[in-house]
Amino acid sequence: MDNSFVFPQIIFENKRRIPEDFREISLEIKRDIIKSLALAKSGHSGGPLGITEVMTVLYFGEIMNYNPKDSYWKHRDRFVLSAGHMAPILYSVLARAGYFPCDELSTLRKFESRLQGHPGLDMKLPGIETSSGSLGQGISIAVGMAMSDRLLDKNNQNVFCVTGDGELQEGACWEAAMSAGNFKLDNLCWIVDNNDCQIDGRVKDVMNIYPIEDKFLSFGFNVISIDGHEYSEIISAFDQFKKNSEDKCGKPTCIIAKTFMGNGVSFMQDKYSWHGNPPNYEQAVQALSELV
Amino acid sequence: MKFIANGSKPTRHGFGEALVILGEKNPNVVVLGADITGSVMTSYFRDKFPERFFSIGIAEQNATTIAVGMALSGKVPFFSSYSAFAAFRNSDQLRISVCYNNVNVKICGGHSGITVGPDGATHQSLEEVSFLRALPNLTLVVPCDYNEARKATIAIGEMVGPAFIRFGRSPLPIFTDESTPFTIGKCEIFNEGKDVAIIANGIMVWQALLAADELEKRKGIKARVINCHTIKPIDEETIVKAAMECGAIVTAEEHQVTGGLSGAVAEVLAKNYPAPIEFVGMKDTFGGSGEPEELMVKFGLTWREIYASALVAIERRDKGFIGLRKIKDVAEYSENL
Repeated sequence: MDNSFVFPQIIFENKRRIPEDFREISLEIKRDIIKSLALAKSGHSGGPLGITEVMTVLYFGEIMNYNPKDSYWKHRDRFVLSAGHMAPILYSVLARAGYFPCDELSTLRKFESRLQGHPGLDMKLPGIETSSGSLGQGISIAVGMAMSDRLLDKNNQNVFCVTGDGELQEGACWEAAMSAGNFKLDNLCWIVDNNDCQIDGRVKDVMNIYPIEDKFLSFGFNVISIDGHEYSEIISAFDQFKKNSEDKCGKPTCIIAKTFMGNGVSFMQDKYSWHGNPPNYEQAVQALSELV
Repeated sequence: MKFIANGSKPTRHGFGEALVILGEKNPNVVVLGADITGSVMTSYFRDKFPERFFSIGIAEQNATTIAVGMALSGKVPFFSSYSAFAAFRNSDQLRISVCYNNVNVKICGGHSGITVGPDGATHQSLEEVSFLRALPNLTLVVPCDYNEARKATIAIGEMVGPAFIRFGRSPLPIFTDESTPFTIGKCEIFNEGKDVAIIANGIMVWQALLAADELEKRKGIKARVINCHTIKPIDEETIVKAAMECGAIVTAEEHQVTGGLSGAVAEVLAKNYPAPIEFVGMKDTFGGSGEPEELMVKFGLTWREIYASALVAIERRDKGFIGLRKIKDVAEYSENL
């Protein structure tokens, strides 16, 4: 089985692209996610596949400023994966950006791997800014990073953070939202992966957090709702955020990306049962045949 | 006695003044407040360095993780609130974002222990040492007076890594001075003796010195008084040496004995050199309203309990097993005090 899931060493540039040019990158990343999870035999499939288009534009569309050859470059923009269980997508984009060898993706969740089940700063994997996994904490860390630059260092760094939508049930998220508005963190881009799925079911059935837009508006955010699988909408949303940040508009940005869990794999699409499960070998082969 | 009380001040004052010193030395030092800045004395820093002080409001979880984000951006953030909130409301944030990340965040728990007084049990944190001591990477310091609180605050500000400092609300005798040594992770011997060793921290160090004085006056017993201000990393060498040379140990803390300094010392002794040990501290109970002195008597946190516990420990050392330990035993030893 291991031989059938190789990770070709293909690195993508971080540059302006037309929407159609992101498709091949997203497919490579989704194949990474399927292969690494199948090899790990545990982990979260649905979320990473659903947020792949957004992450592809973020890392390979010249939205974020980073340097894989100097991962702690002082003036880099930051990315925090508050929804730490979506680690496979982060590991894949980092590998494809050139932070570490692509074949290391085969070690996901394995003993002493740098690719821990949830991101762990202790493993010193280049590109990882913080440990995350206990929901609601990463976004507040992102607020601290954004404050550090906007209010102290003033180097025009942007901070991007992805939370889930179920994650918004954690009260800590709203403490973070309160402070982002309070400190006028226009360099903070909070991306909500709104796939409406969590382990127990539909978000509104487990604990209704809607309307999401109104909540962020009331905390003083610019809110941009997009189809999280449409590259043109994703690019446009990030461009709006970057303009807000450059103009020092005084408001943080929230991009609510409407997505489908497991997007691109027919048997996973929009099925919350795929939140926390990996594909088995046959399922992985089936998924890979669809991701071309 | 080597130590003489020279006035009194709360440890929180030493903390607040030290933050200003740190702020002057290091432009990366920032302070986060959670509404009670005047109580925990971060107001000194706020007034001196308003651009480096951030009011987060009554949101301790958020303050803790914001501090983490700032530390990951090269700052040295101090977050201070009452221990009741700065160690418990944010315990998940402390575990994962502060300690697992191993970041340079300093958490400062004020108004700790029963000497908060009239505010009562809700605000009297008595369990945080047990929790914090179990967190990998964390340094944990409990200073004994105003001067030591100053030194300890500066020391944790100059070390790299997560640290928690525990201090209190009420005035305490000031008995150390600028020349008293202070090194993180190193116990200090405040009174020499080989008959029994009293290992204390926080407000109980002064009580331990009073107890040692009474033991010598009344019984001719020379007690070694050890100020164990750093609970983590604990100074195993000094503690084991005390057990080997004295053979009888008393611990004293303004905290639950379960998992606190008592637990820490018991672990060190069990592993290296088992010796009879008596615990002075909170015995599995919550506090309550009252003046600090009234509460210290009610809950058995005075020199009298240390004195009596020393006699019990010595008897156990000399006679071996003297029956199952009961709180009543200590009362019997202290009835004439």
